[in-house]
Amino acid sequence: MFSIYKRRRLINQFNLLIAALSMALGLLALGWILWTLLSFGLHGVSLDMFTKNTPPPGSQGGLLNAIVGSFLMTMIGTLIGTPIGILAGTYLAEFGQRGWLAPTTRFINDILLSAPSIVIGLFIYSTVVMTSRHFSGWAGSLALALLVIPVVVRTTENMLRLVPNTLREAAAALGAPQWKIVTMITWRASKAGMMTGILLAIARISGETAPLLFTALNNQFWSTNMNAPIANLPVVIFQMAMSPYEDWHDLAWAGALLITVTVLGLSILARVLFRQEKTSH
Amino acid sequence: MNNSTSDRRTKRFLIEDALFKNATRLFAFIVLALLLSIIASLVIGSMPSIKAFGFGFLTSDQWNPVTEEFGALVPITGTIVTSVIALLIGVPISFGIALFLTELSPTWLKRPLGIAIELLAGIPSIIYGMWGLFVFAPLFADHVQPWLIDTLGPLPIIGFLFQGIPMGIGMLTAGLILAIMVIPFIASVMRDVFEIVPPLLKESAYGLGATTWEVVRYIVLPYTKIGVVGSIMLGLGRALGETMAVTFVIGNAHQLSSSLMMPGNSISSALANEFTEADGILYTSSLIELGLILFFITFVVLTISKLMLMQLSKQEGKKG
Repeated sequence: MFSIYKRRRLINQFNLLIAALSMALGLLALGWILWTLLSFGLHGVSLDMFTKNTPPPGSQGGLLNAIVGSFLMTMIGTLIGTPIGILAGTYLAEFGQRGWLAPTTRFINDILLSAPSIVIGLFIYSTVVMTSRHFSGWAGSLALALLVIPVVVRTTENMLRLVPNTLREAAAALGAPQWKIVTMITWRASKAGMMTGILLAIARISGETAPLLFTALNNQFWSTNMNAPIANLPVVIFQMAMSPYEDWHDLAWAGALLITVTVLGLSILARVLFRQEKTSH
Repeated sequence: MNNSTSDRRTKRFLIEDALFKNATRLFAFIVLALLLSIIASLVIGSMPSIKAFGFGFLTSDQWNPVTEEFGALVPITGTIVTSVIALLIGVPISFGIALFLTELSPTWLKRPLGIAIELLAGIPSIIYGMWGLFVFAPLFADHVQPWLIDTLGPLPIIGFLFQGIPMGIGMLTAGLILAIMVIPFIASVMRDVFEIVPPLLKESAYGLGATTWEVVRYIVLPYTKIGVVGSIMLGLGRALGETMAVTFVIGNAHQLSSSLMMPGNSISSALANEFTEADGILYTSSLIELGLILFFITFVVLTISKLMLMQLSKQEGKKG
């Protein structure tokens, strides 16, 4: 009844339709989640959010201490993780042509990149929290730093590889020692690219909840003491969302909106930077 | 005189170079050491539980903090079941998206659509969890689950998976949320993998009169099959370790039930919920052993994924 041509055309059209529908489904999911976030989140946003601390059950309050805590830990985590990541990435790109260390590190780094972040939390718990016998902002920052490292290693290596070898050779021909070539030529040439990596890493850790649950714990009160449990947005949102109180839910949504805007803003900024980097070569 | 200063300078440069090189090497080594120390600390932390329960830990469905009897069967099952659901739903959709992006989309749309998919990957997992709990689960319980229970529940063989009451939360919901979360990871790797197929091959097939689907089915897929499997394994690795989204919607019940509609528990959500409240060495150490099991499973899955993707790019290098 169907000719073979007609059948092949039909199969083709049907499967391509499914592909288009899949795409639409993906966009729908993104739109739905963002819309939920906006409609629930804007409802909870108020000036109080930025000026008051997290409330005790059943009363009004804001997220000030959590925002400050998250900011501190993200900053310290990035400051610890970035130099380690950049130097390790530099080794992989500049000196890693021979030997077993570079390929192994590259491999392990890619696995760490996708490893479950809650395991990182467990690791910091059993090394830092157990030995110091208390939860602390430092432990949280360290857990975040361990998540920063693989992201920065990966992007640093990729970005340094984009730098044309002729640039290195030109510097070498002028008699520059290798450490000067790396620090003053290749690092400088891929500055924007390396910034991209750092921004992506910050975006990644600012939304992370799992590694903070049993490292930084949480703190209902204002505290900037890194040696004690410290409030942070993701864990506060988690506890508020799981609570039975209606106005806590509002606050949780507002916090969720704040986190998502930060994370997506950072990754878009990183993308813009990366685009500039690519076009400048 | 002149000669000796330049000699000295060369020597200094050599020393500085060696210092710099070894410093970067040290940091590369730190990354390696990180993995080893994670494994070591987890093994040491779970020693009390390993000694107390041995291999029985893996097959026991007990989880009783009062009598201090622990077994990993329930959370392991939960982790695997939710991840399998996520892949069953996520893989076809990701494939569709990758197909759309590489073969169908007009060029001007490719970039914005690609960015949209990557934004989906950027949304923090706690947001997925809240969305799942407050928005998706109620709708699912009201409109989809009753239908599933009525139509699929009475079926032979697979019916038992869909029996129960429409609660909204449970393993199926967790699997569905995970599916949405792994789609961007699988889709973007698949897209990159599809793009390495030499245009010449595809054009030859088109020249012979093949339809777009036939080109994908008989040219693109065979050429990239290792990479496709690699991308699926990467998604699996992500799904297995996902914590917050699952914790919100899986129901956190330490019970083994045959129905996907019932609440369960996964390794990561057990850790997220119970770790800070765990008292007693054996309780804590059992949870750490759960973490060790999770790390081991994801490590194996991610290693396989990486090896497959590496093999594909090596193969491409040979042909190119």
